[in-house]
Amino acid sequence: MTPTIGVVVFPGSNCDRDADYSFDYLGADTRFIWHLETDLEGLDAVVLPGGFSYGDYLRTGAMAAYSPVMQSVKDFAADGKLVIGICNGFQILCEAGLLPGALRRNRGLRFRCLPVRIRVENTESPFTSNSMWPGQVLTIPIAHFDGNYYCTDEDLEELLADRRIAFRYCDVHGEPADEANPNGSVWNIAGILNEGRNVLGMMPHPERAVDPVVGGTDGRLILSSMLTSLVGSETE
Amino acid sequence: MTEEDLHRSLGLTDEEYDKIVDILGREPNHAELAMYSVMWSEHCSYKSSRVHLKDLPTEGPHVLIGPGEGAGVIQVGNQAVAMRIESHNHPSFVEPVQGAATGIGGVVRDVVSMGARPIALLDSLRFGALPTDTEEDQTAERNRFLTAGVVAGISSYGNCIGVPTVGGETKFEATYAGNPLVNVMCIGVAELDGIKLARAPGPGNAVLLLGSTTGRDGIGGVSVLASAAFDEGAATKRPSVQVGDPFMEKLLIEGSLSLIEKDLVVGIQDLGGAGLCCATSESAAKAGTGMLIDLDKVPLRESGMEAFEILTSESQERMLVVVEPPKVKAALDECERLGLRASQIGEVTDTGRLVCTMGGQVVADVPAESLGDGPLYHRPFSPPAAMKVRHFEPVAVESPREALLKLLGSANIASKRWIWEQFDHQVMLGTVAGPGAGAAVLRLPGSSSRIAVTVDANGRFGQIDPRMGAQHSVAEAYRNLCAVGAEPVAVTNCMNFDNPEIPEVMWQFVEAVRGMGHACEALDTPITGGNVSFYNQTLDEAIYPTPAIGMIGILPENVQPPSPGFVKEGDAIVLLGETRDELGASEYQRTIEGKLEGPLPELDLVKESATGWVIREMISRGQILSAQDCSEGGVGVALAELCIHGHIGAEVAPEPGLDPMRWLFSESASRIVVALGKDDVPELRSLAANLGTTVVDLGYVMGRSLVVEGLFEINVATLKDVYEGGFPKLMG
Repeated sequence: MTPTIGVVVFPGSNCDRDADYSFDYLGADTRFIWHLETDLEGLDAVVLPGGFSYGDYLRTGAMAAYSPVMQSVKDFAADGKLVIGICNGFQILCEAGLLPGALRRNRGLRFRCLPVRIRVENTESPFTSNSMWPGQVLTIPIAHFDGNYYCTDEDLEELLADRRIAFRYCDVHGEPADEANPNGSVWNIAGILNEGRNVLGMMPHPERAVDPVVGGTDGRLILSSMLTSLVGSETE
Repeated sequence: MTEEDLHRSLGLTDEEYDKIVDILGREPNHAELAMYSVMWSEHCSYKSSRVHLKDLPTEGPHVLIGPGEGAGVIQVGNQAVAMRIESHNHPSFVEPVQGAATGIGGVVRDVVSMGARPIALLDSLRFGALPTDTEEDQTAERNRFLTAGVVAGISSYGNCIGVPTVGGETKFEATYAGNPLVNVMCIGVAELDGIKLARAPGPGNAVLLLGSTTGRDGIGGVSVLASAAFDEGAATKRPSVQVGDPFMEKLLIEGSLSLIEKDLVVGIQDLGGAGLCCATSESAAKAGTGMLIDLDKVPLRESGMEAFEILTSESQERMLVVVEPPKVKAALDECERLGLRASQIGEVTDTGRLVCTMGGQVVADVPAESLGDGPLYHRPFSPPAAMKVRHFEPVAVESPREALLKLLGSANIASKRWIWEQFDHQVMLGTVAGPGAGAAVLRLPGSSSRIAVTVDANGRFGQIDPRMGAQHSVAEAYRNLCAVGAEPVAVTNCMNFDNPEIPEVMWQFVEAVRGMGHACEALDTPITGGNVSFYNQTLDEAIYPTPAIGMIGILPENVQPPSPGFVKEGDAIVLLGETRDELGASEYQRTIEGKLEGPLPELDLVKESATGWVIREMISRGQILSAQDCSEGGVGVALAELCIHGHIGAEVAPEPGLDPMRWLFSESASRIVVALGKDDVPELRSLAANLGTTVVDLGYVMGRSLVVEGLFEINVATLKDVYEGGFPKLMG
C-alpha cells in the first residue's frame, strides 16, 4: 500500500511544493489540498507546510487557523490520523488549538535560515519511531522569523510529564545548550506532539533534508517514519 | 502654475514639450503631460544610454530572447531560463526597508511577465563605509542603518514570496554614503514553449488588471526619484517610494502563472515604473494595436484620484493581462479561486492610440507608440581633465600577518553570514550551493539541469578606469562560474552611474559600456538585457562608476562542483595564472592604507578564457577538489578562505622573485587557487601548458594552521574567528 499525503496550500504557503517533492521522493503519493477544500477523504496524512499563510498578517498562522480546510484537519486529527505542521504549519496548529503554546518573534529579532541540530527526545510517536533512537542528533535547516516557542509553565510541565516534546535544539554533543537555541524557545523546544501523539508541530524543515543534492538527509528519518507507520497500521 | 512651469516641474525640457505638441497636434492636457513625463524619463526611455547600448554583443547559441523584453531568456537543456537585474537605489536611500522590498517585487514581476517561475534572487549592494577601528566616519551610523534596513527589506519580501536569495555581494565605500546601490537579480524558469511576451494583440481582446488596488503611492517615482540627483530635500521625496505587500505579490505570481498555464492569456505585462500608463502603451505599441481604458474600472485605494494619478501611480503588485473574450470568465474565475483581485479595465483596439476615459469623458488620447518612442540624446562626453592616475606605492604599515587578519575582518571581505542568514536561501529545494562561497549553483525545478549564477561589481576599479573596470567585473564573474565547473553563457547587467548630463560622467558610462561589450564578446557571454541607473548622486557627491555584472553558466551533466574549502590533508595546492606586482585599487590598499590609486591590474581576456577552460576541464574530469578564485585580497585571502571553509590548514611558499607581501595581496587578474591530489598535478600541468596558462605549485593542505613560509603561521580557528566575527562587529 502506498500512503497518500495531502499537502494543504493556503494563500501564501511557499513550502507546499517542497513538501510534495520530498514525500514523492520517499515514494508516497501526494495531493495538494487548496485551503477552501474540506474533503480529506482518501488521505492517510496531512501536511501543513511552511510559508507565510495570508502574509502572516495579524499574527503568524492566525488567519489560516480559520480557513475552511482547518475544521476538516481538526476532525482528521481527532480520528487519530497523522498531521504534521512544519514552520508556518506549526504556527497554524498552535493558533488552531491543536497544539499548546505559541511561536513568537525570534530572540535577536531577525529572520534566520541555517542548519541546526535537534535531539530526538522520544521515539514514542509515528514521526519518530522508525530507525531513530532517543538522544539521536539530527541536522535539519530552519528558516523563520517567528520560531521562538512559548508556553505556560503548566503547559510545559504537562508536555514534559506526557513526554510530548519531540525535538529540542542541541549542540554537537546532544546537549540542549542555550547557545544551540537559534530563536530563544522555551526549554529549547523545536517540536511537540499532541496528546494523541498523532499531531506533530516543528519549526525545522525536514522536507529540506531529504534530497542529498540540496541538503542533508536527516529529514528523511522523520518523513519515512510517518510513511512506515502508515504502511504498518495498514497491514495490522 | 502655468502649463509651461508644469512640464518643467515634471522633469520635461522645453524641447521635449514642443515635441509632445508636435505629436499630438495640440497642447497636451494635464494627464497626457504626466504620461509623457514619466515615459520619457531617463529611467523609462533610456534616452541618454540607448545610442551606446545598441552595439553590445547580444547573440549566442543559448540566447532565446535578448534585450528589449521584460527579461532576457536563454535555453538550458529543454527549459528556458529568464534573467533580469534591476536597481532600486534611490528608493532604498529614502526608505531602505520598503525601497529594497519593492525592488525585489519589481524584478520578480519582470520575470513572471515572461511566463517564467522565479527560482532565485541575488543582490549586489553598496553602502557607505562602516565604522572602523581606526577612524570614525560621521556617516557610519547612517550607513549601518541603511545596510540593516535594506537587508531587512530583502529578507521580509523575498522570504515571504518563497523565492530563495541564493547569492550576491555587499561592499562598503565612502562614495556610496549618500547613494547606496541596491541591484537585484532574478532568475526564472519556464518550458521552452511557455515564454510569453508583453504584447496586446487582437483588437477586441479584453484588458484585465490583476493584483493590488491603485493608490497615490509612487506617483512620478521614475521621474522624481530615479531620474534626478538628490539634494537636502531627500526626505521630502519619501511619498514617492512605494510600499510593498509581499503576500499580494505571492498571489500575483501564482495567479499569473496559473492563467498562463491554463492558456487563458495572449499577452502579459507587469506594472512597474510609470505604472498603468507604461504597461498599456508598451504592450499596445509592441503589438501594433491601440487600447481603450476605462479608468473608472481601475480599483482604487482611495477616492478622489485624478486621471493622471491613476495612470502614473506606481502602486506595487499589479499585472496587466490580455485575454480573448470567450476566456474572460474563466480567467476571472481562476483569479477569484486564488484570492487575487482581477478587473476588466478596457480592450485592445486597432487605432494605434491609447485612449483613456473617466466619467464618460476622454481624459487622454495619444499615439501609443509615441510614449515609448521617447527622445534620444547623443549627450556630449569627454574624459575628465585631470585623468592622471596616481601610482600606488605601498608603505609597509603592517606585518603580513596583521594585514591578512585585518583584510579578513574588513567590511568588504569578512563573511556576510549576518546578511545571508536573514535570507531564505533554500526554499524551492534547488539550491545546490548557496550564499557564502563564490557562485551559487542551482538545480532547475523538474529537471536535473544545473546552472551557476553570480553577480559582480567593482566600483574602485571603475573609478580608476571605467572601461577596464567593467572588463574586470565581467572577467571576475566569468572566473567565479568557471571555478564551480560551469560554462558561462549569458550576461545581464546593471549600470550605476552619476548624472549623464555631465560630460565626464557620460564618458565614464560610454567607456564602461564599451569595456563590458568587449569583454562579453571576448568571453562568449552575450548580453541578454540590462538596466541603466543614472543620477546616482547626492549633494554633488557622485558614486564611483559601478557596472554590476550578472552572469549565468551551465554545469555539464555529472560535473561535481569543487568545494570552496580544502578537503583533505596531503592535497597539492596550485595557483593557476600569473601573479604580478599589482596592488593598484586593491582591497589591501583600501583596508591597510585607505587609498584609491592605480594602476589597475592588467587583464588579458584570452588568458582569462584559457584559465577558465583549464579549470572547467579539470573539474569535469573530477580532479579538482577545492577551488577559490583570486580577487579581492589576492592569494592571501583565497588561501585563508579555503582553510576556513575546509577547517584544515595549509603550508605554502610564496613565489620567488616577488616581494612576498605584494605577492600575497596582489589582485592580478585571471587567477584561481585549487587543491587536487598530488598525482593529478602533472595532468593539470600538461593541460595548462597547451593553453599557455601558468601553473605554480604553492604547497600542501595540512595541519591546523595557514603557514606561509617566511611570513607567518596563523591558526585556522583564529582565521575563522576574524572572518566570521568581523562583520557582526562592524554592524554593532
